Amino acid sequence: MTAQDILAVLTRILRDLLLNDSIVLTMESRREDIPGWDSFNYINFIVAVEIEYGVKFKVADIESFANVGAIVTEIANLKS
Amino acid sequence: MQNATSSPPVMSWLPIAPDFRASLRAALDTRATADRLQSLASLAGHRLGFLETIQLDRALAQLSLKEAPGFAPVRLAVLASSTVDHLLPAIRVAGLRRRLLIDAHHGAYGQYRQDLLDRTSSVHKFAPETVLFALTAREAIAGIPLNASTAEVDQAIAKFIGDLRSLWREARGAFNSSIIQQTFMDVTEPLFGGYDRLVPGAPSRIVARLNDRLCEAAAQDGVLLLDVARASERDGIDAWFDTGRWLQGKLEVAPPAAPKYGDLLARILAAQRGLSKKCLVLDLDNTLWGGVIGDDGIDGIVLGEGSAVGEAHLALQSYAKQLKERGVILAVCSKNDPRIAAAVFDEHPEMLLKRSDFAAFVANWNDKAENLKTIATKLNIGIESLVFVDDNPAERARIRQSLPMIGVPELPEDTAQYVRCLADACYFESVGYTSEDQQRAQQYTENAEREALLQSAQSMDEFLCGLKMSVVSGPFTAVDHVRIVQLINKTNQFNTTTRRYTSEEIAQLTNMPSALTLQFRLLDRIGDNGLVSTMILRPASDHDDVLEIENWVMSCRVFGRQLEFEAMNIAVEAGRQRGVKMFMADYIATPKNDVISSLYPNLGFSAVESVPSSNAVQRWLLNLDDYVMHDTHIVRAGAAG
Repeated sequence: MTAQDILAVLTRILRDLLLNDSIVLTMESRREDIPGWDSFNYINFIVAVEIEYGVKFKVADIESFANVGAIVTEIANLKS
Repeated sequence: MQNATSSPPVMSWLPIAPDFRASLRAALDTRATADRLQSLASLAGHRLGFLETIQLDRALAQLSLKEAPGFAPVRLAVLASSTVDHLLPAIRVAGLRRRLLIDAHHGAYGQYRQDLLDRTSSVHKFAPETVLFALTAREAIAGIPLNASTAEVDQAIAKFIGDLRSLWREARGAFNSSIIQQTFMDVTEPLFGGYDRLVPGAPSRIVARLNDRLCEAAAQDGVLLLDVARASERDGIDAWFDTGRWLQGKLEVAPPAAPKYGDLLARILAAQRGLSKKCLVLDLDNTLWGGVIGDDGIDGIVLGEGSAVGEAHLALQSYAKQLKERGVILAVCSKNDPRIAAAVFDEHPEMLLKRSDFAAFVANWNDKAENLKTIATKLNIGIESLVFVDDNPAERARIRQSLPMIGVPELPEDTAQYVRCLADACYFESVGYTSEDQQRAQQYTENAEREALLQSAQSMDEFLCGLKMSVVSGPFTAVDHVRIVQLINKTNQFNTTTRRYTSEEIAQLTNMPSALTLQFRLLDRIGDNGLVSTMILRPASDHDDVLEIENWVMSCRVFGRQLEFEAMNIAVEAGRQRGVKMFMADYIATPKNDVISSLYPNLGFSAVESVPSSNAVQRWLLNLDDYVMHDTHIVRAGAAG
């Protein structure tokens, strides 16, 4: 499972969540870059990712992920 | 190292959507609103997780529908002491699954008291039909010291429940709405370990006590319960409560549990509207017993003690029998030689279910979809009232495809899980348990006797005469309240307007002198058919001497017995006593009430030329002075209530 694999999954999840197939995520993407990705949908996104990978993020991490890349790194860390 | 994870509650009875993403996008490409809504509703019938539920809700929101043909609108207000935003999509999607269009409103979290008491709040503007109180146990626990005595705990809980009841009263008074109260999930941590249950002031003990008292109060006040406490016990508290989410945003229900939460609530809303299932149709081979009777023979099938599989099949029989005792109709639909299948019931010593437990027994080699239609017709219930339990995935798929309105649980491969799957689906969700429910099985057996009598009679007239029928009638009474609400809201065929009434509205009507309410109980020489018909008349808005038949329902069990004629005789007499000159009545056509499309002309009503609002509504008038009493074979046996 490469970082790019995870990024692809996260992109699919966010597209589904916001029902918008034109969303493109990069490692550098931040919430404010994506229209509609508000705090409510951030939690929804986190929940969907946790279900997808069968992982649980620490609350401290959820509050401090700097960008999508940080989430990808943490997933890789939790799955290793 | 990662935190412990728990798996979300799974709605195992629903089939898995073959390709949800593609299906949803196909639905979104559907232009016509009605078609798109149908596609979304059929997608909602699948086993959707957290993310799929949100997507479906978004797709539904794009249609921004307040009403649609074939869908019942519901206005629901959620008054909560925790965050519930994440639950609303799941509530709407679960409604869609049951053909309910739920308009859900929620106030700011923790503001429920102000929302209710402030007449200018958004909740008041919204005017809900149903109010859900979703409160946490925290407020109750907070005020009780750990060393409180049992008496002190009881006193504090009594005060808390008393407060709650005044909120219920307030909501009822303000909106005339039905009330659903969420039970209290136990999210407390053990303090003493096993000894917690022996300490009255221990948090988990308080929650248990609180739920006990809540149930008593709800039963007394006619409030329905959304039992998340029970659900979280079944699925495990970690599936329902996530400390992280609580800390982050005061979410009492963990988001992954939202789909199940929505389903639990939508069941109740559907049950209130008469949309719960009524009849459990069971397959035989590999469902009621293990093996194939035609191949394995009576000694070869697996059933009963001595084998885990045999006991699992017996457990399903036992569960079906319990459902029958609470008023669910049982039927058999099996591809089998009818005599060989029937012999198992008579000859196998371990069979718990008997032939007499089934109101319909169909074993043949025909297509099961056709057989299910036959069963619905024979029982005189809507085909959408059936649940079909079959171990064979191909048969299930066939029924889902050709008769999507039937409930078809996706039985797991493991026989041991059959009962759990059927029970979790809770197709027969109830909003009451009446003496009619307890006698229903008996009444279907009696109906079989009447059927036999009809077959042997030379004419319909001879049959009706031989039944020696009598009717007991009278106004609505408090004693019959629950049954009246149930009958009105469950009846779809003989229902003139399909207007639904909350328990509160019926209570008001019962005590309203200007309204004329009538209930009818039909007896005959074979048995008591119970309270089978109700009529609600109210003064027409612009004429004092005109009563409008606002709603009239009759149980399908007594169709063809002339009760509608005798009921009208009784209604006319009651009207004349009040000095009423005329009855006005609307017949509002639905897909289900065609059986009474000629009811009013047959009774002597005349059509009103100007059609009021739509083609589906026909308005009829009856001049009471001209009414000639209909001759029937039903005698008056006295007054009810």
